[in-house]
Amino acid sequence: MTERSLTFTLNGQKHEAKADPRIHLGDFLRHSLGLTGTHIGCEHGVCGACTVIVDGVPVRSCLMLAVQIDGCIVETVESLGKPGNLSPLQHAFAANHGLQCGFCTPGMLMTLEAFLRATPTPTEDDVRIAISGNICRCTGYQGIVQAALDTAAAKANPT
Amino acid sequence: MSGRFFGAAVTRVEDARLLTGTGHYVDDIELPGMLHAAFVRASFAHGRVRGIKKDDALAMPGVVAIYTMDDFADIAQGPMPPMAPHPLLKTPITYHPLANSEVRHVGEAIAIVLANSRANAEDAAAAVMLDVEYLPAVSDVATAHGANSPAAHSQHASNIAATMKAGFGDCAKVFAQADHVLTERFDIHRGGCHAMECRGVVANIDLLTNALTISTSSQSPYMVRRHLAAYLNRDENDIRVMTPDVGGGFGPKANVYAEEFAAAMSAIKIRRPVKWIEDRQEHFVATTQQRGQIWSIEVAFNNDGHMRAIRGHCIHDNGAYAPYGLILPATAIASFPGPYALEALDLTVDVVLTNLVPTSPVRGACRPNVAFLLERLADRVARHLGMDRQDVRQRSFVKAEQMPYTTGLKARDGSPISYDSGDYGGALNLVLDKIAAEDFEARREEAKQRGKLRGLGIASCVEDTGLGPFEGASIRVTPAGKVIVATGASSQGQGHRTAFAQIAADALGVELEDVTVETADTAKFPLGISTIASRIAVTAGSSVQLAADKVRTKAITFASHQLEVGEHDLELEGGAVRVKGIPDMKIKLSEIARALAGSTGVPLPDNMEPDLAATAYFNSNALTFAYGANACEVEVDPETGDVRVVRYVVVHDCGKLINPLIVDGQIRGGVVHGIGNALFERMIYDEEGQPLTTTYGDYFLPMASEMPPIEIHHIETPSPRNPIGVKGAGEGGTIPAAACVISAVEDALGPNGPFIPTHPVSPQQIVQWLQTER
Repeated sequence: MTERSLTFTLNGQKHEAKADPRIHLGDFLRHSLGLTGTHIGCEHGVCGACTVIVDGVPVRSCLMLAVQIDGCIVETVESLGKPGNLSPLQHAFAANHGLQCGFCTPGMLMTLEAFLRATPTPTEDDVRIAISGNICRCTGYQGIVQAALDTAAAKANPT
Repeated sequence: MSGRFFGAAVTRVEDARLLTGTGHYVDDIELPGMLHAAFVRASFAHGRVRGIKKDDALAMPGVVAIYTMDDFADIAQGPMPPMAPHPLLKTPITYHPLANSEVRHVGEAIAIVLANSRANAEDAAAAVMLDVEYLPAVSDVATAHGANSPAAHSQHASNIAATMKAGFGDCAKVFAQADHVLTERFDIHRGGCHAMECRGVVANIDLLTNALTISTSSQSPYMVRRHLAAYLNRDENDIRVMTPDVGGGFGPKANVYAEEFAAAMSAIKIRRPVKWIEDRQEHFVATTQQRGQIWSIEVAFNNDGHMRAIRGHCIHDNGAYAPYGLILPATAIASFPGPYALEALDLTVDVVLTNLVPTSPVRGACRPNVAFLLERLADRVARHLGMDRQDVRQRSFVKAEQMPYTTGLKARDGSPISYDSGDYGGALNLVLDKIAAEDFEARREEAKQRGKLRGLGIASCVEDTGLGPFEGASIRVTPAGKVIVATGASSQGQGHRTAFAQIAADALGVELEDVTVETADTAKFPLGISTIASRIAVTAGSSVQLAADKVRTKAITFASHQLEVGEHDLELEGGAVRVKGIPDMKIKLSEIARALAGSTGVPLPDNMEPDLAATAYFNSNALTFAYGANACEVEVDPETGDVRVVRYVVVHDCGKLINPLIVDGQIRGGVVHGIGNALFERMIYDEEGQPLTTTYGDYFLPMASEMPPIEIHHIETPSPRNPIGVKGAGEGGTIPAAACVISAVEDALGPNGPFIPTHPVSPQQIVQWLQTER
């Protein structure tokens, strides 16, 4: 198949790349660009592990073709904090044991990152509904929910 | 045990990597020249492959090779070795790495396609043509158990692969003496497991030495090495198996899989690295599943609610193969009598083959099934006698003063099974207190005003943990003063690196960041068993403690000699051995390590052995028994049949907690797994063995929006059977959870509602029950 040329902004950097039209965004990020932080869990749009932010909105990167990001702003888990300098949300995940195996974690983080920008003071129910499209098999969700609430509270009431 | 770190809720050392997308899972591995594999899988449940036409597929873009079992004839042949041979299994019932003529379930791998991309490999796999003679299939285990069933394996007249029996006491006598006998039939449905990371393997061959390197998303890398070595007739030393970050295990990844063998043999044949990553569709049809059993049970009890004896017969759905031998049905038997002090027990389990994906342990193995049976029976007895459910349990439980309690069953080595410690009645009282059971009727009434049916459920369990024989650990202090812990125990998210670092840091007086824990790489630690059965804290945790104690003793011996101070006057603090009360008088661990690493021609002091290092294998043959009591409240919508679990309280005793944060996480995740079993997860097949639920749109997993907060209370009774006083915690959340939720649903449906002997229960079923009731 003929590859298409794409121009997009990825994690704050302008990028030009070529993509096979059949490749979905998740595989493109992982295997063409080497950004393996985004994980592929079901490839039918239900588990949410592959969630990234495109133009400010969380999307399932397994349900979006790579060629569709031409002209878009894409954010992945690699845009958040680094191991020595975690973002507030990442830090809250660690503090609340919001991850175990870590496989669903990048999708959870990106879903909540987009959600908290739009909903800075959520209730517990709001958070549970926000991540109701992300499956975690390890944690029982409680630590994840608390991490989101703690992050929102810290931002609303900086000490 | 206690120290600066042991017992503290420290955050995990694993997290920073996993939170920043810098974890390293098997699909993140890229090797030069690597080929991508896709499998040609059976679309039918039973048949004989008469021919495979691969010419068209081989001509497709990017395709490098397509192999069937015949193509591997020069490497190895025959069925895979059984992981757990059992004398009752006359012939092993294992897969071939690729199907050898007869195919026995939808999804069985028939051929492997190697291409320059996964997409091209999948395209070609779809173009491989099979000539198949279809055979009758059986998907329903009760049918398969009957005399007139189609044969799941055409060469066996009966589908009953083995019949296991166990028991104790004089059942006939106790049943004759008891005031009452009740009989119930239980139907526990088959489900999947669904770690969020599917399986995957990368096999690589060294072109100079022919050594094989396997990276696999596995709970049992050492079993992969052992069985692959046996199958390939190689020495284990020529095969290195390691696990990168693994995205959840929960049981199925403890099996040694056909795809691991097929990928390894493909790499040997094509002499290039081969990667196979299971997709979710494959996971639904090729990764082992859970829990399908039908039980007929009789219980004998007295007027006062005292449960005295149980007779049971089980039809166990083992699926099309028994890769893990009889370990799952054996676990069902070993889970009796739970917390109940029975006088007699008589069990028969028929292990039945069907044309479905094999079953193997999934979180709790068969313990959740048996907890469901026992707890449902206790509720049934209470209902029959018009008693409180907790009173039946208190009359029937093993009492705290009976510990250690010999159950009457025998362990695999023939020794009597004995519970080491615990207070089952105390745990039940505590959980009822914490959920405020005495005020429950007011909450039921309040819910009724809102049009909801509220119910209270209770369930208890006992769990054998720390299964032997061992996991070992070695500890080495490097000349830079870093502490390297190596163990064969593989990790799938349990926080082993943190927990082992806590133990080692306390023993050696260093900080957590000074400790590096390496897990599950056969090149770094020689032996390992498997991360299953809530066993790693007991087995590997104890070994880390014993190895650290040896290193500590060695450091003190060295320092005593150098400082000319008695050993009892020395302590390990701040990365050094120092004189108590004179902190400046010290030798750093790094200096000791450097001295013991040796210099040319310089004798070691005091004839000491080289290396500030030690290895230990804690002998874990005596099981430790964790236990718990759960209570929950549900609200049922009588119009829609929707069930919401609105409160869930756990009382759990897993001995000393190494890290409460991690233990709570294990329990919460485990409970949610059990809630899924109770209400959502059902793997459905048609009569021909075709799976009907192969997406997450059809197969429901518990989501955040449906799950309650889970409140946990720990009792810490140190186990007397290991040096750190711990018991396992990985499965204690799951084991009683389905029983607890169903108990609450039944309570919500009221005294005229049905006895519920099955799970999952669907909204449709609940509406039907309520209509019948009206």
